[in-house]
Amino acid sequence: MSVSTLKPSDDVIEYLAAHEKKSMLRFITCGSVDDGKSTLIGRLLYDSKLLYDDQISALESDTKKHGTQGEKIDFALLVDGLAAEREQGITIDVAYRFFSTEKRKFIVADTPGHEQYTRNMATGASTADLAVILVDARKGVLTQTRRHSYIVSLLGIRHVVVAINKMDLVDYSESTFDRIEADYRAFAKDLGFESITCIPMSALEGVNITKQSSETGWYQGCALLPYLETVKVRGRLEEKPFRLPVQWVNRPNLDFRGFSGTVASGVVKPGDEIVVLPSAKRSKVKSIVTHDGELAEARPDMAVTLTLEDEIDISRGDIICAGKAPAEQTDQFAAHLLWMGEDALYPGRQYLLKTANRTIPATVTELKHKVNVNTLEHMSGKTMELNEVGFCNFNLAQPIAFDPYKDNPKTGSFILIDRRTNATIGVGMIDFSLRRAKNVHWQDLDVNKTVRASAKHQKPCVLWFTGLSGSGKSTVANLVEKRLHDMGRHTYTLDGDNVRHGLNKDLGFTDADRVENIRRVGETARLMVDAGLIVLVSFISPFQSERRMARDVVEDGEFVEVYISTPLEVCEQRDVKGLYARARRGEIKNFTGIDSDYEAPENAELDLNTAEMSAADAATRIVDYLEKNGYLAG
Amino acid sequence: MSEITTLLNQAKAAAESTGLSVSTISRKLFNDGKAIARLEAGGQCTLKTLETARARLAELQSGASPSAESAAPDTAASPANDETGLLTPSTMTHLDRLEAESIHIMREVASEAENPVMLYSVGKDSAVMLHLAMKAFYPSKPPFPVMHVDTTWKFREMIQFRDEMTAKLGLDLIVHINQEGVEQGVGPFTHGSQLHTDIMKTQSLKQALDKYKFDAAFGGARRDEEKSRAKERIFSFRSREHRWDPKNQRPELWNIYNTRINKGESIRVFPLSNWTELDIWQYIYRESIPIVPLYFAAERPVVERDGALIMVDDERMPLDGQTPKKEMVRFRTLGCYPLTGAVRSTATTLPEIIKEMLVATTSERQGRVIDHDQAASMEKKKQEGYF
Repeated sequence: MSVSTLKPSDDVIEYLAAHEKKSMLRFITCGSVDDGKSTLIGRLLYDSKLLYDDQISALESDTKKHGTQGEKIDFALLVDGLAAEREQGITIDVAYRFFSTEKRKFIVADTPGHEQYTRNMATGASTADLAVILVDARKGVLTQTRRHSYIVSLLGIRHVVVAINKMDLVDYSESTFDRIEADYRAFAKDLGFESITCIPMSALEGVNITKQSSETGWYQGCALLPYLETVKVRGRLEEKPFRLPVQWVNRPNLDFRGFSGTVASGVVKPGDEIVVLPSAKRSKVKSIVTHDGELAEARPDMAVTLTLEDEIDISRGDIICAGKAPAEQTDQFAAHLLWMGEDALYPGRQYLLKTANRTIPATVTELKHKVNVNTLEHMSGKTMELNEVGFCNFNLAQPIAFDPYKDNPKTGSFILIDRRTNATIGVGMIDFSLRRAKNVHWQDLDVNKTVRASAKHQKPCVLWFTGLSGSGKSTVANLVEKRLHDMGRHTYTLDGDNVRHGLNKDLGFTDADRVENIRRVGETARLMVDAGLIVLVSFISPFQSERRMARDVVEDGEFVEVYISTPLEVCEQRDVKGLYARARRGEIKNFTGIDSDYEAPENAELDLNTAEMSAADAATRIVDYLEKNGYLAG
Repeated sequence: MSEITTLLNQAKAAAESTGLSVSTISRKLFNDGKAIARLEAGGQCTLKTLETARARLAELQSGASPSAESAAPDTAASPANDETGLLTPSTMTHLDRLEAESIHIMREVASEAENPVMLYSVGKDSAVMLHLAMKAFYPSKPPFPVMHVDTTWKFREMIQFRDEMTAKLGLDLIVHINQEGVEQGVGPFTHGSQLHTDIMKTQSLKQALDKYKFDAAFGGARRDEEKSRAKERIFSFRSREHRWDPKNQRPELWNIYNTRINKGESIRVFPLSNWTELDIWQYIYRESIPIVPLYFAAERPVVERDGALIMVDDERMPLDGQTPKKEMVRFRTLGCYPLTGAVRSTATTLPEIIKEMLVATTSERQGRVIDHDQAASMEKKKQEGYF
């Protein structure tokens, strides 16, 4: 028997060292007193030798007063703490019990079984890792078994023990056990449990509680306690993306600004990129501060304080998320709701919704259906009464960051509060957003041109190549781009070939179209500069005013006009594409230099004549210019 | 014991020669940064631990870092990463989880309550609560005062400890005494334990909460203490008259706490709800939290009253012809000295106390007189406003 007792001769330091390493399991017991639930818990405490002499003697005296078990100690009286419960012999409210074995510390939420106390059962289930559902072997799977299982699954518990109790009253019949197990599995197959473990037991007689008992020789599985000691239930949250709902801004002085909260999921380390919702501001984790020292990482359920690399505005209720996997944001979602109010829920009435440290006004806009907690059937309805479950659409006064409850209970759960009485009148589990993911957090205004440019180690600009057809603009531009690329710079070239075929394919060569052509190219270049690029634009762009326009849409110093001043005669002589010949023949109208003017720049940053220098030399001149003027700094 | 001293001296020498801090050495030898400090303060360790530490020290001195194998048997709570100086947390133990839950609760109150206060009873649970508050808001100080409702009949050592602790931690301390009660000369000897507790403790607490208009008050009660407490929420709502309605408690799901109240109402918050007595002691030991010396056995003047050993802490105690006897005793729970029974004990260190507790066959509150007054008395008292 692996209990947590200590003999006078034992070494206490070793005992403490062992005790300190124990893990913790929180579980809920569901069933009514008739199923022997309180007896089971009393038995666990009693068999774990966790009762003191005075508690046992008090129990004996209570047994004489209220006991329902004749001469035997009535363990139920140990757990039913409220006077009304002891008088009426029922469990009204959830009670928390504690015991530990050599392997684990246990927190048991002992919850009432009656339908009218469903909300109290949900309270116990919300913090449990596992549920022990009691079934009376004489009665098998009942309505209440179904209700308990549904509530437990609704609250996201994934591991269930079906304790088929009172086996002593059916002569430890294997066939009875098998039939109940089959019934239960058939019913529970759609509830999404990861594991269902059925154990035949008698809480009253202590059969299969702490060890396998001879009474059920046909049962090959684990007794209850050894199972609870070894079952693995955690670990899922660790693999989820990092979430820290900010609970309290820690500001002891002007030099320290930390964000305190309990890690909801994921792992975070100093240096990790994070994004804060709803502001969508980004930064990196500078340190994970605790009273014991700074941590190398923080994991789910740890209460920590983060400091960030950048001074950004964060307040209580914001959620710090993994930079690559932020939570969703929405002001409309669908959720399962368990109503706990004495007054009915009315769609349209405003309530307060509290989730992960934020409280905002909310209304139910539509009750899509109710779920009969006993049969799981969907029903229609206009309102919801106490202890009813419904699937509802919600509308919030402000958007919240969330994850679906099935992915992350910590960021997908909420409570509803009555504005007048302040009572907690409902609890909800978010299923999905009703809006398309707006992903507003990708439009981060703080990641601006400067940030993008510095990430690329350059000063973005437009190199605007202007000149006659055949002057060598594209040749030089290509060489410049190649050089810059070799230097590790980030560039892009816009020229007639890649723009005229796509973006501007609707444009011809009239003056109006030429103006629009340049306007679009100018705007595109501006976006690319905003993206942090060095943009090479190679267009004849014959008109002064359009080049002016392109210069004006970017900031001072971001427009470098490169006039390729190769004379018309040389260009016409080269006539690489045979265009001049065709223009001369009149096959091409409005050809610059032939029947359309070219207005030479007056104040171009660079003026290069490829009749007098090679294209390579021209490219060198341009790169030198960029270097000298700080465009390639860093 | 001399073996421990020898090892400690060697460890300190190693700290100097390697330039590592004593706590780092402690971590390397014992997988526990505070082990050396604890041993120096008179703590004990097993022969096995001592041998392991000695072997690791030898390895350290020979320049080799402790091999993975030798470091394996005791997985450290927080071994430091030597390159960065950062602590790498291991899997959370039940104490780590309890600590994190309590911190979450405290931060929630600090964020949502307008005028919170921490009730400080000077006992061991209060000591843990105060320690957790220091952790919860670090590097800030707890953003609320601590308040002691003094019945004027507390042990003198409690008062001294209270003043020293709060001064050391730099906390605002409010001491409230029911002056009307003092003027009427209320005391346990003249008025009986029930009336005294009601006037000097329950009424006094209500007075104080009303006087300072606190809307949230932390208390150190635990659910394992008593049956009605096992059913109480962590955030426990009180009416304007400070009454608890056990049949109408707010559902409390996940770690989302409804802290909203109307004017005049208040909330009692129990951050230690899920701790057991053993957890408290274990944590005091792990974190080296100072506690009132009365918890440790010492020779103290006691008289026997109705089967309980009562310490004669001052001259107000009517001796009725009895002569106080010096006995080795300690207290398992602290309150008003005339109402707090001592137990005979030789436990002078924390491990000894814990050992005594673990082999004990009577529960903690038995030393308190008030719970036994009537059945379901705690539930009734709580309904009336007792904390």
